[in-house]
Amino acid sequence: MGECFGLLGPNGAGKTTTIEILEGLLEPTRGEVEILGRHWGKNDRELREWLGISLQETKLPEKLTVREVLSLFRSFYQKGREPGEVIAQVELTEKEKAWVSKLSGGQRQRLAVACALVGDPKILFLDEPTTGLDPQSRRQLWDIIRQFKQNSGTVLLTTHYMDEAERLCDRVAIIDHGKVIALGSPVEMIATLGGEHVVEFALENTNGQILTPEHLANLASVKSVRKEADSYSLHVQEPHLAIPGLIGYLQETGATLARLTTRHASLEDVFVKLTGRHLREE
Amino acid sequence: MNKRSPLWEMIICRFREFAREPEVIFWVFGFPVLLAIGLGIAFRDRPPARVFVAVMAHPQAQSIVDQLKKVSTIQPEIVDPQQAATSLRLGKVALVVVPGNSYEYRYDPTRPDSLLVRSMVDAALQKAAGRRDPVQTSEKVITEPGARYIDFLIPGLLGMNLMGGGMWGIGFVIVDMRIKKLLKRMIATPMRKSDFMLAMIVSRLVFMVAEVILLLLFGYFAFGMIIQGSIGSIMAVAFFGSMCFTGMGLLVASRARKIETVSGLMNLVMLPMYVVSGIFFSAERFPTVFQPFIQALPLTALNDALRAVILEGANLASQSLKLAIIAAWGVISFLLALRWFRWN
Repeated sequence: MGECFGLLGPNGAGKTTTIEILEGLLEPTRGEVEILGRHWGKNDRELREWLGISLQETKLPEKLTVREVLSLFRSFYQKGREPGEVIAQVELTEKEKAWVSKLSGGQRQRLAVACALVGDPKILFLDEPTTGLDPQSRRQLWDIIRQFKQNSGTVLLTTHYMDEAERLCDRVAIIDHGKVIALGSPVEMIATLGGEHVVEFALENTNGQILTPEHLANLASVKSVRKEADSYSLHVQEPHLAIPGLIGYLQETGATLARLTTRHASLEDVFVKLTGRHLREE
Repeated sequence: MNKRSPLWEMIICRFREFAREPEVIFWVFGFPVLLAIGLGIAFRDRPPARVFVAVMAHPQAQSIVDQLKKVSTIQPEIVDPQQAATSLRLGKVALVVVPGNSYEYRYDPTRPDSLLVRSMVDAALQKAAGRRDPVQTSEKVITEPGARYIDFLIPGLLGMNLMGGGMWGIGFVIVDMRIKKLLKRMIATPMRKSDFMLAMIVSRLVFMVAEVILLLLFGYFAFGMIIQGSIGSIMAVAFFGSMCFTGMGLLVASRARKIETVSGLMNLVMLPMYVVSGIFFSAERFPTVFQPFIQALPLTALNDALRAVILEGANLASQSLKLAIIAAWGVISFLLALRWFRWN
């Protein structure tokens, strides 16, 4: 069983730069890359044989068929897998003889991953493999990645989808402005929030009504409080204790609830706690 | 395991992509043939056009018309004075003959055929009046294949095609691959960069052979063009030309990141040569001061060498200066391109 490692961060955080330095496509300003005991600049050919790469946006030749593209990529590697077998793995057998131009976005992305798999790599580098895909295509890609991991492959992927990182990655590094600001398993990271649940609520009419964060923080089971633009977000250990307390407090102040939701805490909350910003904010 | 060599795979993929692009096939193979047909028809050899001459109404007019009719290319007619002036002004007639004691010729000397018609008419009338030529002359008309415009044109079109093929087929294709990040994706594999370059060159050479054969066969069957040189020499000259423009295509593509950039660069390189390098008319028509520059251009050298080999049956050794010029452009372009080339 291999490992899936995720680089999670907002757009412009430096995910692609990091992964392209690791792939040997960009020169690092400082520092050194070591992969499986090899270094770029010394063992390039060996490393290229070992790595399977999917770039953020590659437009494969439009007028070649799925099979032809895979045979082409297969030919670059000393050892590799049978193209037909990889096509079956990414569920493109029906499209084997179709031109790339006829493929949907999800099919193109699976073909791009197939090009990375056809060299039978030890490590798979995937740069935002599911960005812009529909939910079904995303799930298909997740299955491919899990399968690769089960065959003791290592996967490094970048994403700005927190749910993807949570479901797929054994370990995640959260990056912001080119720096790693948190590193660990998704479960551990969420645990650092103190509460595994999030209670979010908004008030009908805030005129004259003041909810003090200190008071909210003192409610039973509430670990931390965050005031959003028009709502409040509480990290809570046990919602069944916190919510009655909250309702009681709202009754005391005479405020009316506009909405109240509870959910499990996510890596998004970890990012918000660390940076004060949401992942998808520009 | 059906693994083929990467070089072979890349060459095959180039051909597949080419064969699946009907527009590209047209520009490479259809366009030069259409140009040859169009220009071949426009400038085909015709019997000399008949010229119209007006004879002003006069008692002598009819006898003048009869004398002029003996010259097959002159078409005389009798007109009244007013009509004569109008016809001359509108260019319907090249010359007006005013009969009298002495003949008067009215014509506009800025019209190129007027002077010629004047001397034809004058000779016919003087001869009819009894002039004897002191020297006997005879005529022999030459319209041999090899001396016609179409014979001049086809090697020029071939040169033009080799230039366009190298520039577009390499320059454009590489920039397109760079924009699509395909170049970057490919160097992320263990692919050898030299294999990539070699695949480009080999596929270009195969297209070159097809282009040469197509145009020569077309010239031979459609226009009865006579090919004097050996096919080996012709292919050798075409090889030099094709490689030269492949190098130049690689050079213009070495850094460009946009289709607009590479198109602009290619036009900058190709347009002057389209005009001055003797595709449609001889490069020698340009003033002498420009000749050293024009003769140093690769397409001029290529067109000259192709014409010498195809039309005159010249051997390769006699074209060594031209081939050296072509090779110099090619080698310098290749070296600069390899030095500047950006994969991502």
